[in-house]
Amino acid sequence: MSATAAAPRLQGIRHRRFTVLLTLLAAVAVAVVLSITIGSKSVPLADAWAALTTPTGSENDIIIRSLRVPRTVLGVLAGVALGVAGALMQGHTRNPLADPGLLGVTQGAAFAMVASIILLGASSLLVYIWFGLAGALVASVAVFALGMVGGRGGPTPVTLALAGTAVSAMLYALTSAIVLLDEQAMDVFRFWQAGSIAARGADVVRQVLPFILVGLVLAILNAPGLNALSLGEDVARSLGQNIAMTRTIGVAAVTLLSGAAVAACGSLSFVGLIVPHLARPLSGTDHRWLLPYSGLIGAALLLLADVIGRVVAPPGELEVGVVLALIGAPFFVALVRRRKPVRL
Amino acid sequence: MPTSEIAVSLRVGTLSWRLRLRGVAITVFGLAVLALLMALNMRIGDIEMTVAEVIAGTFDQNSPAHFIIMELRLPRALTGALVGAALALSGAIIQSIARNPLASPEILGVTTGASVMVVAGVVASGSVYGGTSGLLATLGIPALSLLGGLIGAAVVYGLAWRRGLDGYRLVLVGIGVAAVFTNVKFWLLTVGDVNDTARAMVWISGSLNGRGWEHVMPTALALAVLVPLTLLGTRSLDALRFSDDTVTSLGVRTNLARALMILAAVLLAAVATASAGPIAFVALASPQIALRLARSGQPPLLCSAVIGGVLTTAADLIARTAFSPLELPVGIVTAVLGAPYLIHLIWRARK
Repeated sequence: MSATAAAPRLQGIRHRRFTVLLTLLAAVAVAVVLSITIGSKSVPLADAWAALTTPTGSENDIIIRSLRVPRTVLGVLAGVALGVAGALMQGHTRNPLADPGLLGVTQGAAFAMVASIILLGASSLLVYIWFGLAGALVASVAVFALGMVGGRGGPTPVTLALAGTAVSAMLYALTSAIVLLDEQAMDVFRFWQAGSIAARGADVVRQVLPFILVGLVLAILNAPGLNALSLGEDVARSLGQNIAMTRTIGVAAVTLLSGAAVAACGSLSFVGLIVPHLARPLSGTDHRWLLPYSGLIGAALLLLADVIGRVVAPPGELEVGVVLALIGAPFFVALVRRRKPVRL
Repeated sequence: MPTSEIAVSLRVGTLSWRLRLRGVAITVFGLAVLALLMALNMRIGDIEMTVAEVIAGTFDQNSPAHFIIMELRLPRALTGALVGAALALSGAIIQSIARNPLASPEILGVTTGASVMVVAGVVASGSVYGGTSGLLATLGIPALSLLGGLIGAAVVYGLAWRRGLDGYRLVLVGIGVAAVFTNVKFWLLTVGDVNDTARAMVWISGSLNGRGWEHVMPTALALAVLVPLTLLGTRSLDALRFSDDTVTSLGVRTNLARALMILAAVLLAAVATASAGPIAFVALASPQIALRLARSGQPPLLCSAVIGGVLTTAADLIARTAFSPLELPVGIVTAVLGAPYLIHLIWRARK
């Protein structure tokens, strides 16, 4: 194809990509509105707007400002973080079934946090989020190492998924051992492990925000390198890529994003797994587009799942982590059934 | 030829088995180790005993320790050994069928299904009866566990079935279904009272604490019925290692044989889980260890069962002594020791 013929086509693709981006942004906006207005007490849109712009201290104002808004913001942050982390993980391991939840990162963070609470007496999120990040780091490095072993191509999806199951099972056993010896810790832990964005408050949002922002910056920086790596390490090297550097940035980004999300919200599996599969048909294989799409779809998915959890089991709520598993697992099974597990 | 090839044939009517001497020797040796470990395990309790006292207490009716041994310690030790054997046998069957050393009844949804049902039962009954339901504890939990295990396996098997069964698809579907069960379990744990949650947590970690004859008997019965049946099926199992086309041409009705063997494996794992809760990784590791010790092509069934008993009893011994006087559930020890072994297997498989 000649350069003159390619130019308009390329422009068309770019145009389409911006359209998709705007559509996804609109979807997130709709999800945000739903998340702010729907709940055990529905608040009309006009009242919600008034609560945000001209608060009078009414009951609705308090619900919106102190409960719904922090919850929604945390949902957006965690959704973006997990969506991007999932896309990065699937890109780096070239494995369509990679997901921070399935691969043990969540349990790594859980174990480190519970251990720090019980053994070292850490009491505030600000302290134990560091332990959560450290745990997530160790687990993601371990999973990546397992993901890369065997050199060319890495392991099949099934071995990676099993490795994740093994790592998770061991960490979960260690966590249970600690929790079983301390009933108070169990009472905290059982609510954390179900995975929820409710009742976390604005201070939690403020504490995880920097980690997620740094993670997102690293992810964006990682995109071109990841594109080269998806051609294979040899090709990437001959294109002048520093492979060790690209991998390191990738691990750091995955750790920050999934570690922060998990520390704040508990175990939220399947976001990172599903989202890249929804984003890839829209973006193609270019990670510079796949990553932002994944982030936006992740945010919309997490918020919608949370809204569903609020309305399906009145008067109580179903934790968003449970809703996500109920949505995500059928997707996972369908993915597995549709074809032989493929390599990316 | 290596010694592993020394074999004799055992014929009963039209049936015949090849007995490989190395496998037999390891099975016998394993039984001896198992007896020793059980004796060591029975020493532990409110009254410490010597091994001699344990042996005297077991076989001498006039011994002062006889009552404690027979009513408290022997049932616990036997539950551990039998449950371990049943899990290992189940794992050996599933690994042969899935043609995958990494498959286990955990993957088939048995243990996770059982966990969900039991947690649901404990949480529901706790709020209704104030947590004092003796009937639920002795009869309800094993029944719920059995039911949950069978449902879990049926769901995984049904979802993985697509014009036949593919080992890899089975494993991956199992992981997906396990994730759902686990999350539902997490949710149920948040619903209940914290005391019920603590009881449920101990059970879902896999514990041998306070196990009596009522836990020994179901497992013993299941083994007594299913071991001969699975041994009858060894021929199909040996054949199922090959591709479906080859198996069919060898005259084995692939899907029927596979379904029956899987049913046996599921029953074994479900009964074991009903008695002691989900004890992780025994089903996965034992057949692989047995296979390596016996140097055979695929997991030897009886040898795996003995190794399973040995592993579970050894893990229980560690669980009771490592943080003495605190006791950990045995399943935590097997998970902490078993997971690195699984990772090692994955590592080896890739190299």
